[in-house]
Order: sequence, then C-alpha cells, then structure tokens
Amino acid sequence: MAMDEINKAGVTIPPELQGQIAITTLDKIYNWSRSNSLWPMMFGLACCAIEMIITAASRYDFSRFGMEVMRPSPRQADIMIVSGTVTKKMVPQIVRLYNQMSEPRYVLAMGACASGGGPFKEGYNVVSGIDKFIPVDIYIPGCPPTPQALLHGLIIMQKKIERQKLSDADWYKKDVDNEIPVPILGPDLIDPRKYALIKEQTHKPAFQVVEEVQNGDE
Amino acid sequence: MSGSGKGILKGLGITLKHFIETYTVDRKEGKNRYFTEEGILSRRTPDTKGVFTVQYPEEKAPLPEAFRYIPFLVYDVGEDGNRDIRCTSCGICAKVCPPQCIWITRRTDEETGKPMKEPSQFMIDVDICMNCGLCAEYCPFEAIRMDHDYEIANVDRMKHHIFDLEKLLKPASYYKAIRPVQVEREEAEKREKEAKKEAARAAAAAAKAKKDAENNS
Amino acid sequence: MAMSEQVSVSQIPAFHEIYADQVKLDDREGYEGFIIPAEFLVQFAQAIKSKWGYDFLSSVTAVDYFPDMMEVVYHAYRSLGGPALVFKVQVSREDSVVPSLVSVFPGAELQEREAWDLMGIRFENHPDLRRILMWEGFAGHPLRKDWKEPYFEEENKPFSSRWPEGVAVRSETLNPYGSNVQYPKDFDPETWTPEADESLYLGLKSFKENDGLDTEKIIINLGPQHPSTHGVFRMAALLDGETIVDLKPVCGYLHRNHEKIGERNTYLQNMPFTDRLDYISSMSNNFGYALAVEKLLGIKPPERADYIRVIMAELTRIASHFMTTGFLLNDLGAFFTPALYALKERELILDVFEAASGSRMMCNYFRFGGVFQDLPEGLLEVIRDLAFNRLPKKIDEMDALLTENEIVRSRCIGIGVLTAEEAIALSASGPVLRGSGVPYDIRKADPYSIYDRFDFDVAVRYHGDIFDRYLVRIEEIRQSIRIIQQAVTQIKDGPIFDGKSQYSFKVPPGEAYGRVEGPKGELGFYLVSNGQANPWRYHVRAPSFINLTSLRQMSLGEKVADVVAVLGSIDIVLGEVDR
Ligand code: SF4
Ligand code: SF4
Ligand code: SF4
Repeated sequence: MAMDEINKAGVTIPPELQGQIAITTLDKIYNWSRSNSLWPMMFGLACCAIEMIITAASRYDFSRFGMEVMRPSPRQADIMIVSGTVTKKMVPQIVRLYNQMSEPRYVLAMGACASGGGPFKEGYNVVSGIDKFIPVDIYIPGCPPTPQALLHGLIIMQKKIERQKLSDADWYKKDVDNEIPVPILGPDLIDPRKYALIKEQTHKPAFQVVEEVQNGDE
Repeated sequence: MSGSGKGILKGLGITLKHFIETYTVDRKEGKNRYFTEEGILSRRTPDTKGVFTVQYPEEKAPLPEAFRYIPFLVYDVGEDGNRDIRCTSCGICAKVCPPQCIWITRRTDEETGKPMKEPSQFMIDVDICMNCGLCAEYCPFEAIRMDHDYEIANVDRMKHHIFDLEKLLKPASYYKAIRPVQVEREEAEKREKEAKKEAARAAAAAAKAKKDAENNS
Repeated sequence: MAMSEQVSVSQIPAFHEIYADQVKLDDREGYEGFIIPAEFLVQFAQAIKSKWGYDFLSSVTAVDYFPDMMEVVYHAYRSLGGPALVFKVQVSREDSVVPSLVSVFPGAELQEREAWDLMGIRFENHPDLRRILMWEGFAGHPLRKDWKEPYFEEENKPFSSRWPEGVAVRSETLNPYGSNVQYPKDFDPETWTPEADESLYLGLKSFKENDGLDTEKIIINLGPQHPSTHGVFRMAALLDGETIVDLKPVCGYLHRNHEKIGERNTYLQNMPFTDRLDYISSMSNNFGYALAVEKLLGIKPPERADYIRVIMAELTRIASHFMTTGFLLNDLGAFFTPALYALKERELILDVFEAASGSRMMCNYFRFGGVFQDLPEGLLEVIRDLAFNRLPKKIDEMDALLTENEIVRSRCIGIGVLTAEEAIALSASGPVLRGSGVPYDIRKADPYSIYDRFDFDVAVRYHGDIFDRYLVRIEEIRQSIRIIQQAVTQIKDGPIFDGKSQYSFKVPPGEAYGRVEGPKGELGFYLVSNGQANPWRYHVRAPSFINLTSLRQMSLGEKVADVVAVLGSIDIVLGEVDR
C-alpha cells in the first residue's frame, strides 16, 4: 500500500520488479515520510487535552498514523497540538515553545478555544485564538472535538504536508527568521509587535477617547 | 525493595492475558470483527475483549442519536421545490446561547418594511460555539438542531468557520435521517396537538350548534 | 451514635445570643448565618474551632455588593458531619481589609489569596498575600462589579445586539487593539518592566539549619509545561540536594474567568460552563450547580430524575477514579499500560454519557428540576450490564494489577504523608481527606438528593500516604458500583421533569450553597441572587484547588521524583484549579 502511495505516477515498473522497487520524486518521498511520522508535542492546555490523550489511547490510537511518539520537548516535536484554552498568563510560554520547535513545524488548533477563543472568549484572561500569536495550519472546531474529529484534522494536516514542495520550502531558505517575539505580561498582555499602536491609544487625549466610544456605539 | 516480586509477576500475568486476548478474540470472531457494522458494535459492548480500536477513517464509531456537534437549521422542501425555512426568527436560540455566538437578522418585507417571520441572515461562529445544544433544546419551532457532522476541520478559520445561513441550512430529510426517534416523537406530539385542537374545534362547533338550536327553538 | 450527639452535630448554636455584643444574625431575606465584625473575626474563628467543633473551614469567598460594601463569606463544618456554619464580615469597598484566618485555619491560605486577587480584599497578617490566578502587575481586581473586561458588551446576557438586527461583529473589531486587551491611560509599553518571579522565590523559606555539610539550595520550577503536572500547573520548589525544603504551587495558567462570565450569564447558561470546570467529571459538576439553584428556587426533581442523577454522578466518579489511578501510575513511570486499561473502562462509561446527553465529556445534562432528557431505549440495560458484570471484574483486575506490585508499594507507601489533623486543618476534602483517616463523605455527612436511600460505606484509610489515597479510590469505585447496582434496580418509570424547562426565569433573592461529594472532593457552588435572571455572585468552591493547599505539607522532605507522584495522588484537574 505504501508503495502505491509513493510511486510516481506515469512511470511503469516492469512486472518482475513490482513490489520490490519504487520510483518516486524527491518531493513525494520527503513528504510521505514526514507526514507519516508526525511527532506531536506532549502538551495539553485544557479540556481538549483529555480528548487528545484519548486519541492516543486504545480506542482511537493515533499510532496507526505514526503519531504515537509524543515528545515533551519542543525540539523533537513536529507538530504542536494547541489543545485547549490559551490564557494570557500561558501565552508567553506557548510562544516560547513554538520558537524552540525546529522547522518544519506545524500548529494544529484543536477545539473552539484554540481556534477562536471558544466559550470563554469574553474572559479577561483569555486569548481569543492562538493564531493571534503563532501561525496555525489547521483549525478543528468543536468543544471538545471528538477523537475522531481530531483524527480527521490530523489527516487533513497530512494532506497539507503532502502538497508541500521542497523547492519552495521556507525552512531551507536563508535569512528567513520565523522567531516570534514573546508577549509580555503587563497591566494586560502586551504584544511587542504592537508597541506603537498601544502607545498611540493610551496617549490619546481624553475627549478623543470619549468620542470614539460614542462612535463605536452607533 | 520489599517482597519477592510476586506482585509484579501477577501484574505481568494480567498484561500477558490482555496481550493474548487480542489474538484469540480475533481468531474466534473471524474476519467480520473489522470493517463491518456488527464488528464495530461488538467492540463497544460491555463484554468486549481484545482489540478495542476503531480503525478511523475506514471505520467510524456509530454516533448515538443524541450526539451533538455544531447546530444546523432545518428547512422543509415545499411543493414547488422551494426551501421552506422553519426558523421564524423569534430569537430564542440567540438569547439562550451561553457564549452568545448566534447572530440573527430578521427579514423585513421589502415593500411594506414590516418585520417578517423569517431570518435574512443567521450566523454562528463555530469557533465560539460550545456545542451545548441549548439552542436546539429551546427552539419552539424545531428549526435548529444539533448536527452529527464532526468532520469540519479546515485550514482557514475566517473563511470556513463562521457559518452563515447557506452553510447552516439542511433539509428535514437529513434531520430525520440522523435523529429518527426525536423526529418521531415531535411528529407524534404535533399530531396530538392537532387532534386536541380538532377536538376543541369540534366541541366548540357542537356547542355552537346546540346554542343555535336552543336559540332557534 | 447516641441521640444527644446527633442533635448536637446537626444544630448550629445561636452565636448571636452567645456573643450578643459582637455577633449579629444575618436577617436579610433569603440569607443565613451570622455577621461578625472584622475585629472579632479571629477570636470568633478560634472559638468555633476549639469550643464548638467547627474545625473544617471549607470555603472562603467574597461578594461585591456594589456600590455598598464588600462581604467576605466563610463556610465552616464539623468534621463529624452536619450542616454549614456560615459567617460573614462586611467591609467597605474602598478600604477592604479583613484579618486573615490562616493562623487559625491554614486551609484558608490559597482561598484568601484568590479573594485578594479577584476581589481586592486585603487579608491582614496573611503570610504570603500575592496574586494567585492573575499575574503580579495586572491592572485591577476583575471580579469587582465596576471592573470591565476588554470585550465587555453588556452587563448581562443575552446581549441585545444578537437579535433581531444581529450583525456578526467580532469582538476583535470593536476593540481598538484588535484583541482581548486594554491598558490604563498613559501606559507606555516600552518603559514597562515585567514583574519577575522574585517575590515568589523570596516566599520560599530559605534553609538555615546547618548539618555540617555546606550544600547549596537551588530553586527549580516544574511546569507550567511539564509532562507530569497534568496540565498547565507549576510548582516552584526549593531543593537541598534532591530533597524538597519548600514548595509553592503556582497556578492561574488556565484561569478562564469562569466566575466573571458566570455572573454575566443567566442561570441556565452557566450549566454548560460548569462542565468545563472539572472536565473529567462534568456530570457531578452539573449536579452541584443544579442543587444550588434548586435550593434558591425551592424546587425538587421528580424521583426518576433523582435516580438518573445519582447513576450518572456515580458513573462519573468511577470514570474519574479509574483515570486518576491510571495516570498516577504514569507519574510513577509505568508509562501508559495501566492508564490504557483505565481509559478503556472510561470509554465505555463515556459511551453511556454520550447516548444519554449527546456529548462524551461536556454533558450539560442536568436541568433545574430534572434532567435534559430521559435515558434512551436500552441504555439502562447497558448500565446494568456495566454495573453488574463488567466494572466489578475490571476493578478487581486493576486491583490485582497494581496493589501488590512491589514497585508501586515501595514508591507509594510512606510517601507524601498527611496526617488527619493536618488534612482537616488544610481544608482537604475527598479522597485526600479520607486517605488520611477522616471518614468524611458529604453523601453521608450531609446527605443530598437521594443518597440516604442507598446502602454503601465510606472508604477510609489511615496512613495518609500516596498508597492510601490510591486504595481509597479503588474502594470508592467499588462502593459506587454498589450504589449504581441499587439504583438501577430501584429506578421506576416516571417523569424526568415537572412541567416544562424554562430558558430564562427570575430567581428569588437570597444566597445558596450547594455542595456535592465530587470525585475530587467537596464541590460547592455559592450563589447570590438579587432577584434577576442572572446570578449576582457565582462562586465555585473547587476541591482540586483547595486540596493543593496541602501539597506543600505532603512534599516537605520528599525527593523531587516523588513530588510528581504526590501531585498525581491529589488528583488535580486544572480546569477546576484555575477556573
Ligand atoms: S474548546 Fe471546549 S473543550 Fe476545548 S478547551 Fe475550550 S472549552 Fe475546553
Ligand atoms: S429559536 Fe428557532 S425559530 Fe427562533 S430564531 Fe432560533 S432557530 Fe429560529
Ligand atoms: S450549541 Fe450552544 S453554544 Fe452552540 S450555538 Fe447552540 S446554544 Fe450556542
């Protein structure tokens, strides 16, 4: 089965060699091997993490996809499953973990909370979606996504990886810096990329602020 | 360390038993254990033994009728093939929704400007929705129900995960297919109500006839 | 038990007569308990503890009666059983200072820190009054009624913008920063220096004793991203070699503002949110919350609903204890085999939940005055089959797999000891308390719902170590199976709801505290109603959070590797710790 997957279409293999050799492209074999050994980071945030553990356990068993090697260290992980509510207090650590992962790295936002804030979106300590800070490849809605929904998301992730090309892979280029500035805990969460905006807003004269609130109300 | 190691051996015996069971049960139950409906069900009963895994995506665990994921809106197919949306835009679901992820715009009649009993837009942000099912529970018109479709992961949140009216609408036949018992119950209730109404009407008519007869005499 | 004793346990002394000069009866309508002046508080606490047997301070929280005053509310119990003694201290909103009770009841430590963090009540003489759920430097005390979050829309749900002219506007668009933040005026991010963890580390006791050998003490942090902390929990430990000299739990990494959101929600809307507290046992969270609101409303569910509730709550306990046991073994290094066996049983229980409520984990199954829907056809037979055939066998198997295992024994026996006195003083509850030899189980001590109809024993063990906590859980699974067996035999057909479930209703003003024996311990919901459709105050007494108070006591003198197992034996769920 695996042979069929990686064999390059259009090249015929003589019958006596079928099943023994495979002719493929570099891209194909590269992606095939990567997508079938996605090592997730052992990293759980909230309720969704329980469903992630269940997906690793016997009933759904994602080792069938070569994903059972949960790595507690970001250095050895390929994919970060952001499984749960991202809080402001936690987000600096998450960004740091993401920065420590080596390329090629993927992020999967599992559940409503990680994707868009979820039911706790309005909370004062909740980041409305991890994509505010790190780039997300796949979003899985659901609260929590059932193990099968997570598996479906992981399969989509595999498909996405299979479509990538070595030639334009970001991570082999020089001078591409994907380091994300780590947010800071201030009177509220501070995103270092937004210094200018914050300063502009907080230093507005009082009457202007009032005006804007009124405009917003309309 | 204390003890003779007997406890460890006993434990290992249990794991060994589990290990062997995965083979013996497979042999005993034969080929039908996998990739068939009875096979999947047999691995979910309280006396299941051996391999427990659901081989998703080739096999899918059966969903109980009550299963809920994201809500959808039910429409009936009218006689002329039109979609007849059940939702009357009453707003109860938007009010009851705990994270307030439903937005409804009520349609107004283009000519008279009067509000109509129909939504012109219906949005659910599925990345806020907590799948609680309260909207479906309290909708008085059986118009919003919880879907069984969980395979909706996607690559773009803004494009794919804010469901609008088009994306939410599904035919009543689909609703019946995923929740037969509930539909049956609702229809029975409706029939009962109708019958009651009918009876009341008949009684009223009879009373009226009687009265008329009395007046006439 | 002699008759006279029983009376004395269930009666609350008339403190307003005993201390007529200081103590007043709380005579607001719908309220109970006593009002104590702040100066008299410590003295009062000492008296109830030593003279009247109220040795267990269960819950400490505060209510913001905006704009009049702040009120700190205490719930104390006798560890022999009986109802709660409620007492309150009222202070002004501007200068909210209350003496700390940590010296009398050490179990108040984390709860007082929480009240400081979220409500801005300063507890005088508290040994370590720092923020606990938010971080140092955060602006404001968010649970105060005049504090508004960045995505603030309206005081109460439902928000009027949703219908009839609802336009899907994302909260991000309304916020000037495009995300969930707000800053005080004239704030300059470039000059801001974030608060380091200095104050945390300074709080760790420096080790003075000199045993002749000069060793350097080091501080290590476990977590918040650590495979052994069961989520995003952090421990800062001071080590001498490998021995723990001092340890502090650091939490808040999953603080999801449950209570603030809960006070904007209607009563019904909170039900699905309670699922996400202790997300492994949502049914029993539903139970506690439903009881509290039913107390306020003065209603009771029909009998069949009561039976269904008990069956579900006990199944939850089994699932949760199975999981805890499995993961405790994970923490001990037996990677995944016991956990896999445990999760397999849990899956079968979750199938029952899914069939009944529609969701595996977030059941949202209880309604005020009943349950969401009756059990579907055939489910009762499945439960019966589980309770009579499968689960008893599996718990015996688990027992045989682990209990006599020499490695488990040598790593668990005598480690992480908490004595009975310490457990009571530190307000521990659930298996932690019972593992220390205190036979306190709310199902027996202060029965709720229909637990008085069932024949079961309270599981107790007496050494207070990891192993005994494990044994208590195994025994509790057996007792829960017993309860389910009785319940499925006794349950009769009937309605599961009187009348029709309402989505919005007014609740008579007053306060209520509903508590259940959850899998983790005493789960309490404290509600204050002002007669509206939304609770004025909604507080959760989270057992895993309060059980953490005793983590330090259990870990002192142990090795680093054992702390992981100690934590596993307390059985915390971060959704409940941080809320
Ligand atoms: S999406 Fe739902 S289940 Fe997942 S972390 Fe958020 S609240 Fe919990
Ligand atoms: S409650 Fe039902 S009818 Fe009313 S607006 Fe919602 S979907 Fe439409
Ligand atoms: S399922 Fe719950 S959260 Fe989702 S739209 Fe319905 S009421 Fe709102």
